[in-house]
Amino acid sequence: MRQGDKKSGDSTIMPNSKNTVTQQSRDKTTGFEPKIVAFCCNWCSYPAADGAGVARLQYPTNIKIVRVMCGGRVTPSFVLKAFELGADGVLVATCHFEDCHYMFGARKAADVHKITERLTAMLGIEKERLKLDWISSAEASKFARVAKEFTETIRKLGPSAIKKSPYATDEIIENE
Amino acid sequence: MNSKIAKAIRDSKAYLCMECGKCTGTCPVSRYNHGYSPRILVNKAIRSGNHDLLKDKNIWACLTCKLCDERCPAAIEYIDLTLTTRLEAKKIGEGALCSHGGAAQSLMRIMTTPELEQKRLDWIDNDLKTTQQGDVLYFVGCMPYFDILFSDIKVNTLQAARASVKILNKLGITPVVLPQERCCGHDLLWSGDMENFEKLARHNIEEITKSGAKRIVFSCPEGYRTFKIDYPRYFGTHFRVEHITETIARAISNGELKMKNLEKVVTFQDPCRLGRHLRIYDEPRKAITSVPGLQLNEMARSRQRAICCGVSAWMSCSTYSKSIQRARLTEAKETGADLFVLSCPKCEIHFQCAMSDEKAGNDTRIETIQLVTLIADALEDG
Repeated sequence: MRQGDKKSGDSTIMPNSKNTVTQQSRDKTTGFEPKIVAFCCNWCSYPAADGAGVARLQYPTNIKIVRVMCGGRVTPSFVLKAFELGADGVLVATCHFEDCHYMFGARKAADVHKITERLTAMLGIEKERLKLDWISSAEASKFARVAKEFTETIRKLGPSAIKKSPYATDEIIENE
Repeated sequence: MNSKIAKAIRDSKAYLCMECGKCTGTCPVSRYNHGYSPRILVNKAIRSGNHDLLKDKNIWACLTCKLCDERCPAAIEYIDLTLTTRLEAKKIGEGALCSHGGAAQSLMRIMTTPELEQKRLDWIDNDLKTTQQGDVLYFVGCMPYFDILFSDIKVNTLQAARASVKILNKLGITPVVLPQERCCGHDLLWSGDMENFEKLARHNIEEITKSGAKRIVFSCPEGYRTFKIDYPRYFGTHFRVEHITETIARAISNGELKMKNLEKVVTFQDPCRLGRHLRIYDEPRKAITSVPGLQLNEMARSRQRAICCGVSAWMSCSTYSKSIQRARLTEAKETGADLFVLSCPKCEIHFQCAMSDEKAGNDTRIETIQLVTLIADALEDG
């Protein structure tokens, strides 16, 4: 009975389902749907996302959450890998500095984020595609708002120039 | 047997292996990692075909420093066999454990996108003269990225880039520096990713051809090796390439560079790409000894016997790498030198990393400087 509450994008959480394919092929014809990877810390931002779901706050299904134990765990390699594999935007969401479960993790995340920002800027990735935010576990509505705003920002920017690069094939060795 | 591996065995003459084990005896990795042995890998290749060879994690542990090739009495080209093995292993989904979470590899693969508009020229100071079109091109390489990625261990590899341009300017050359230059692909090639290596190479070749450059100068030995050996081999390029130490040595012979006195004792690290891969041993030494007052103390193992800095192509960094680095730093310190002269940005990063370890003792702490920076500092003004 409650199916009406669910939005069409729910199927995208199951990557192998048939619906995903139809969803994506529909997107190609109707317009651009951003792919956004969100790294959420286990103690604040992830429960916030969870809370948003429990409270039935709607936020775009473009956000794909990767739960990490701490925002400080998110190194430049995480973000770069997401972009390399075709993400249009990357959101890093951690605790507020004062709430950090590990005392210094959120600060570390902010420090590392500066390095990541410099790297992506040098690569020529628009700075709007990368965002750091602090969302406590009680801020479910903030999570939903940030998710919505970030998705709209990326939607306006359009698709990322980086296309997923497959690994080695034997093409040019054949030509040798 | 896989035909590529079979060809590589023929080309590298691996079938001549007489199992003397000199390769394993000399290998800096085997010295600390007793589970790794080049001899066993050669034997696996020639005996059992490629079945368990390609799945062997040890093929990724090799530093490709070529020290084993130097010692091999049968003159087997082990690193060429390693390269083919890695390219084949990658095809069946094998891969190395990448250091730094694979950040460096991601940077390189992102750079394969042709539309990317990089902003990589911020390092060029106002007093340096560069251009967009010209005869001589200075290939910067990945140094702008390294300095950001490794800002926590305070590396400043771009100093070498500034010094190189300064020296070229001094010689009356205004080098081309490409704003959309890409990584040369060296590390992707050596980690078996031929497809993305090709994309980077094609982009670079196109950009360089457009710039009209006739001669390419490198300060990074890995880029130099890739342009000198791998680009011609895979893409048939004919660029005239040279390392900045060759430029400096020639200029010194012609009396074009005047140096001021610098009272220092130094020792020099031969990078594997510049040394054993390309046989450039004398030019860097000529550059160092031409500075008056500078005394060069050679390490116990130098020139073709030099020990590598412990990691290659951003993969398989481990405690063994740290042991190699500490041993090398101790060796440098034992020469009584105040300055450890390097000529590869990766050597700088790896040694700096080993020294930034809190547990590293004072006998492994030595100030490092890039060769080009040293020469640029010693140049007489005006």
